[in-house]
Amino acid sequence: MRALILVGGFGTRLRPLTLSRPKPLVEFCNKAVLLHQLEALRQAGVSHVVLAVSYMSDALEAAMREQEQRLGIRISMSHEKEPLGTAGPLALARDVLAEDGEPFFVLNSDVICEFPFAALARFHRQHGGEGSLVVTRVEEPAKYGVVVCEADTGRICRFVEKPRVFVSNKINAGLYIFNPGILQRIQLRPTSIEKEIFPAMAQDGQLYAMELQGFWMDIGQPKDFLTGMCMYLQALRAQHPEKLHSGPGVVGNVLVDPSAKIGANCVIGPNVTIGAGVVVEDGVRIKRCTVLEGARIRSHSWLESCIVGWSCSVGQWVRMENVTVLGEDVIVNDELYLNGANVLPHKSIAESVPEPRIIM
Amino acid sequence: MPLKAVILIGGPQKGTRFRPLSFEVPKPLFPVAGVPMVQHHIEACAKVPGMKEILLMGFYQPNEALSRFLVSAQQEFKVPIRYLQEYAALGTGGGIYHFRDQILSGGAEAFFVLNADVCSEFPLQEMLEFRQQHGDMHSFVILGTTANRTQALNYGCIVANTGTQEVQHYVEKPSTFVSEIINCGIYLFTPAIFQHIGEVFQRNQQELALEESSNGWQRAEVIRLEQDVFTALAGSGKLYVYKTDGFWSQIKSAGSAIYASRLYLNQYSKSHPERLAQNKPGGPVIRGNVYIHPTASIDSTAVDHTCVLNTIVGWDSTIGRWARVEGTPSDPNPNDPYAKIDSETLFRDGRLTPSITILGCSVTIPAEVVILNSIVLPHKELSRSYKNQIIL
Repeated sequence: MRALILVGGFGTRLRPLTLSRPKPLVEFCNKAVLLHQLEALRQAGVSHVVLAVSYMSDALEAAMREQEQRLGIRISMSHEKEPLGTAGPLALARDVLAEDGEPFFVLNSDVICEFPFAALARFHRQHGGEGSLVVTRVEEPAKYGVVVCEADTGRICRFVEKPRVFVSNKINAGLYIFNPGILQRIQLRPTSIEKEIFPAMAQDGQLYAMELQGFWMDIGQPKDFLTGMCMYLQALRAQHPEKLHSGPGVVGNVLVDPSAKIGANCVIGPNVTIGAGVVVEDGVRIKRCTVLEGARIRSHSWLESCIVGWSCSVGQWVRMENVTVLGEDVIVNDELYLNGANVLPHKSIAESVPEPRIIM
Repeated sequence: MPLKAVILIGGPQKGTRFRPLSFEVPKPLFPVAGVPMVQHHIEACAKVPGMKEILLMGFYQPNEALSRFLVSAQQEFKVPIRYLQEYAALGTGGGIYHFRDQILSGGAEAFFVLNADVCSEFPLQEMLEFRQQHGDMHSFVILGTTANRTQALNYGCIVANTGTQEVQHYVEKPSTFVSEIINCGIYLFTPAIFQHIGEVFQRNQQELALEESSNGWQRAEVIRLEQDVFTALAGSGKLYVYKTDGFWSQIKSAGSAIYASRLYLNQYSKSHPERLAQNKPGGPVIRGNVYIHPTASIDSTAVDHTCVLNTIVGWDSTIGRWARVEGTPSDPNPNDPYAKIDSETLFRDGRLTPSITILGCSVTIPAEVVILNSIVLPHKELSRSYKNQIIL
């Protein structure tokens, strides 16, 4: 089977992290986001994945070559020279996608969930329609595009974008499977799949919705990245508890790379991810954070709801909270207070940031 | 030459900018650099040869803390120390006028008057020598120091003859620039001063007799040295200013107590090296000048990973693990040698001005919270973080 991942452009919402790496290569729970998706696709029988990018990155290409070898899967890049929206890239990659005549998957690169690709394929073949998409229940559907469908068959009746009154609590989760025939509907021009293609397919009764089991999150911005991390770690506790860290000073769900070092008298967790080669010195308290590869957190510091970028150095007695994000190689001096600071790469912070702001 | 010293300590209605620190202990007894504020004054006075008696003057009701302090200070400095209680707030001149007989008893030929809410090097001996050289045995001396042009407006401004140091003009808190030389609140008087204060008293009485007695609180006996006496004495050849470059600061707000602490701690390396904490193996790491009371214990397990900066932590307060307690220092601009500490108002534009964080006595700060630029009144138990607030 084939799959297309809509990677898009610069990933500006996840800056400052995406100033140093292409978004698919940012590690989510100690594994590149893209890798979570590739592994799930391969497990469902996909042998060829197309990455639809609007910004070509050498780093991404090199990483893909490496994963090709490792996963035994074919990966090609489809580079759109002008923005083609959410449907246009399918047309651009039509040769690969239609090649074997089988249905192909399409997914948003920002989506993290318990990928149900095999179940989705079965659901799709069963109803015989042109396309299926995955929906998930959310508490505040008005923030998203809402899907209205028949309860028994899952056939989609209509889409309502950001409804003002309650219509349904199911939203488009950004995972699809289509028959190659759909490519007839899409031209090579900027096209929105939600606004143009899906409504037409729904009207023709050709679009079905499968409800997602388990957690779902769009991790395209730091706040949601952290929320998604908490959900992922919780699912990990249920399915593979042996992968989580335990020991003195560990509270709740904590994921620690084997090469990381944690000092004495620390209290780590709940909901913490510690990346490769990270050093956490003595007496540190970390809650609800992601610490990326090579960073160092010095003693007596206190971190909550932060993302610490690659190779950062956080000083002693520092307090960081409220979705503070440190880009790559940021140095935070001792005894400072960072509240919602968004710090660009290679900066040195010598003064506290008592109220949320961006440090360039 | 027999000398006396009078230290004006005010009363509970005065010095309210020092709250909440002054809720538990009278402001003049609040510890600065490890010892009560006025102890620095007493120590300096006791060192002057010929000092016969030190009088603390104010309108606090007699209380235990004050009495205990007087007893122990007498023992330590081996000079008689008494408290004279004014029956009402009589102003900086009215109190000494009221008690003039007590001050002059024992044949004092001259006496110092010091405001309790200043921190200084107290160059008292130098003031005596200066008076001998520049004036005569009947001259009065004001201790002055240099401020910058903007801040001088907050103090008493002195214009003096550059050669003779005679005071030609004196204005208290002018609205336009008059002089950079400001009044430090430390004076050297002779008995002749009472004649001048007496004239003010007479004038007041006459004025009050003329006015309808509408406001019952107008008293003839309330005399302000600065506005009523110095202004009149300027240009008369009797008043001189001794300018000092030594450290000096007012202690009006809680934040200024931290700054004054720093100035005294700096002095300790010469005057009281034994008061400065030293680095000991196994003990806390000491950086710069630190005073640790003999009964205080810095225990690494008890003060787990907390960060306390620019804060006054009241007696018996506790701070939980990983808590951050932080204030904003209001120190004067270090690049300006004549800058003085701002006596900021508590609020500006309806918001609390960022300043020193103060925890009153017996305050409990839980673990892992942040307390920023806040004032916590005594005996409060907090349960969450606070920023820029007064917590009653």
